[in-house]
Amino acid sequence: MKIHEFQAKETLKKFGVPVQDGIAIKSMLEFDDAISKLQQRGINQFVVKSQIHAGGRGKGKVYDFRNRENLVLEGGVKFTTSPEKAAEYAEKILGNILVTHQSGPEGKVVKTLFIAEGLDYKKELYLGILLDRTVSKNVIMASTEGGVEIEKVAAETPEKIIKEWIDPAIGLQAYQARKLAFALGLEGNAFKNFIPFIKSLYKAYESTDASLLEINPLVITNDDRVVALDAKMNFDDNAMYRHPDILEYRDLDEEDPLEIEASKFNLNYIKLDGNVGCMVNGAGLAMATMDIIKLAGGEPANFLDVGGGANKETVANGFKIILSDPNVEAILINIFGGIVRCDRVAQGVIDAAKEMEVKVPIVVRLEGTNAEEAAELLDQSDLHFEVAKSFQDAADKVTAVLRVN
Amino acid sequence: MAIIIDKNTRLVVQGITGGEGSFHTTQMLEYGTKVVAGVTPGKGGTEFQGVPVFNTVEDAVKIQKANTSVIFVPPAFAADAILEAANAGIKNIICITEGIPTNDMLKVYNDIKGKDIVLVGPNCPGVISPGIAKVGIMPGFIHKKGKIGVVSRSGTLTYEAVKQLTDVNLGQSTCVGIGGDPIIGSRFIDIIKMFNNDPGTEGIIMIGEIGGNAEEEAAEFIKKNVKKPVVGFIAGRTAPPGRRMGHAGAIISGGKGTAAEKMEALRNAGISVVESPAEIGITMLKAIEKLKAKKAVVKKTTVRKKVTRVTNPVKVKKTVTQKSIEKKKEDKSKKHHKKSDKKKNKKK
Repeated sequence: MKIHEFQAKETLKKFGVPVQDGIAIKSMLEFDDAISKLQQRGINQFVVKSQIHAGGRGKGKVYDFRNRENLVLEGGVKFTTSPEKAAEYAEKILGNILVTHQSGPEGKVVKTLFIAEGLDYKKELYLGILLDRTVSKNVIMASTEGGVEIEKVAAETPEKIIKEWIDPAIGLQAYQARKLAFALGLEGNAFKNFIPFIKSLYKAYESTDASLLEINPLVITNDDRVVALDAKMNFDDNAMYRHPDILEYRDLDEEDPLEIEASKFNLNYIKLDGNVGCMVNGAGLAMATMDIIKLAGGEPANFLDVGGGANKETVANGFKIILSDPNVEAILINIFGGIVRCDRVAQGVIDAAKEMEVKVPIVVRLEGTNAEEAAELLDQSDLHFEVAKSFQDAADKVTAVLRVN
Repeated sequence: MAIIIDKNTRLVVQGITGGEGSFHTTQMLEYGTKVVAGVTPGKGGTEFQGVPVFNTVEDAVKIQKANTSVIFVPPAFAADAILEAANAGIKNIICITEGIPTNDMLKVYNDIKGKDIVLVGPNCPGVISPGIAKVGIMPGFIHKKGKIGVVSRSGTLTYEAVKQLTDVNLGQSTCVGIGGDPIIGSRFIDIIKMFNNDPGTEGIIMIGEIGGNAEEEAAEFIKKNVKKPVVGFIAGRTAPPGRRMGHAGAIISGGKGTAAEKMEALRNAGISVVESPAEIGITMLKAIEKLKAKKAVVKKTTVRKKVTRVTNPVKVKKTVTQKSIEKKKEDKSKKHHKKSDKKKNKKK
C-alpha cells in the first residue's frame, strides 16, 4: 500500500523524526487558513507540493483538467517567499492533471496540496530503507547524492551508495548510525543530529511494517538541523491488519476503479492495456497465461487471479470485470483444478456468459480435477466456447480467434 | 529416491483442526502420507481422523516421533508456528500459509538460518515425492513417480509443469513449491543443490518469476556444479514494472528483477529456457533423450570391446593378463577394462 507525502510525514512525526512542517489542503477555501497558521509558526517561505502517488512531481507538468493540451504550469512542486504567489501556484495545480515520468502519460488529478515550509539548506542527501531480498535483511542505503533519482546514482556511480544491513534480532546499532553519518561526511552538530534522526527513522520503518521508506532529499539546514524534506512510504499489505491507523490513509482516488471493484470480491486484478482478457487461478499461472497470450499474437488486457477457491460466483464476478474493459477482444480462461473442481468452474462460466451476453470469443481451458465433466458441460451448453485441450492448444485458439477479428 | 519428503517422513500437521488443515490432512492421508500427529493449542488429547492431536509440537515429537511439519495456521500466528516447530526439533518445516507479514518472516528466517533445518515456504503448495508421500495442497493425481525434480515459486503453474511431465511419461522425483513471498526459507539454490545430490533425480525443472534475484543466484550455481539437464521458465514477461503480480515477491522494482534479465542469466548458465510455458515437459523430454543417446553411444563402445574379448573365449581365460599388458602400450582407454578384469579375477 502506498500513501501520500504528507501522510508519511504525519507518520514519521509520531516517531520523533524531524520533518518539513506543512499543512495539507483539499480546497482553496482552506488555503488562507493554512498560510496564516504557518506564519504563526514563524514560517515565511513556502513550498506548494502536489500530492499524488507517483514520483518525479517537481519535474512534472500540470495540465488543465478540461483541456489536456493546455499546459498550466511547469513543475508540480513550487517554492516562493510570497503568500500571494503561493496562492497563485496552488490555484493552478489543485484539481488539474499532473504528469510525471512515473504517472504515465494520462497523469493524475491533484486533489490534495501540501503547503509546506521553505527551508534554507546547505546539503541534500539520500536515505532509503527497504528489504534486501538477497540476504533477507533490511538495508539502510545512504548517499551524498540527494535530490536525484537513486536508480540513476546506482547505475552511474554505485560507489556513492553506502549500505548498512540490519540484524532483525538486535535492530540498528549505534556504530552503524555513526558509520552512516561519517560516510555522509557529516560533522559537528549535523553529525550529532543525524544519529537520533536515523534511529527514529528506522524505528518508524520497523514499527509500521513499511516495505519502503525513502527520504529524498534529506537536508542539512543552514543551522545544522537534519530534516526530511520529502518522505515516501510503502507498506506491507500482509501486515496492514495490525495498522488500522495507516489503512485509513488509503486513497481510493489513486487506484484503478476496476481494481477496487475486484478487490471487493477477493479477486486479484490488475488492469493492463492489451486486447485479450484472461481469468486464471494462481498468480504464477496467471503470469504465464499473460505471457502465452503475447506469444499467441495478442496483448494481455489484465492480470486476474481468481485464487484457490474459485467457484461460480468468483468466476461470474471476474467475467464482469474483464468485460467492463472496452479494449477486450477475446477472453482466455485457464483454470488448473486441484482442489477447485473444473465442472463447477465450467458451470460458472456458462451461467455468467448467459447472463451477460458476451460478444467476444471465449477460449476455455480447464485442466485437473473433473476436467472431463467440465468439457462435457461446455459442449452441451448452447453457447459457443472454444474449448482447448492443453495450454498450447489454448494459445493456438487465441491466435485463431484474434485472426478472425 | 527423493528429497525432503521420503519414506521416513513422519508428519505433524500444525493447525490440523482448522478449515484448511483438516481438509488437506484428509487428502494427505488418502495419498498415503504418514500423518502421525496434529497440533492445535487447546485441543490436545483429541483425535482427528484417527490422528492424535497435541497442544504443542514438542509433544508430537516426543510421543509420535514426528520429524516433519506442515503448517496451516492463519498468517498472524504462522511465524510463531514455524519457530515452535524449529525449537521442538523438527528438521523439515513446510509452511503453506499465505499472507505472513514480511517483518515476521524476517525474524524467523534469520533465527533459523545456520541451523540444521529445511524450511519450505511460506505461501507455497508444499512438497510431494510422488508415490511416497505428499505434504501440502497439490492435487496428488496429476503426479507420477519418476526422475525429474521440479522447483517453483508458483502453485498452479507447477501443476501445469507436473502435468506436462506426466504426459510425456517422465514423472517426478520430488516437486518443491518454494513459495511466492519475498522472504522464503528455501531458495532455488538450496533445492537445486539437493536435486543435484539426489541419485533419483535425472533432470531439473526450475520455474521462476519476476522479482528478486534468486533465479540468477541459482543459475550461477548450476553453471558451476550441475551436470544434470535443467529446463527453466520465467513467468511475468508481460508484467508491468512496480506492480505486485499476486505474489508479494513478484514485483519488478527499480528496473530490477525482470523476466528478460532472468532468462538471460539462465541461458548463460546453460539452462534450456523455454519461451512458452506449454513447452516445459517436451523440452525436458528432449534433453533427457539427448542425454540417453549420449550414454548409449558410450555403452555401445564398451559393449563392443567386451564382445571382441568374448569371441576368443578359450584364449582369454588364462592369457588375458599378458595380452593386456601388451595392449596397454597401444591403447590407454582399454587399460581400465583390463584392470577391472584383473580385480574380478582376484576376487574369484
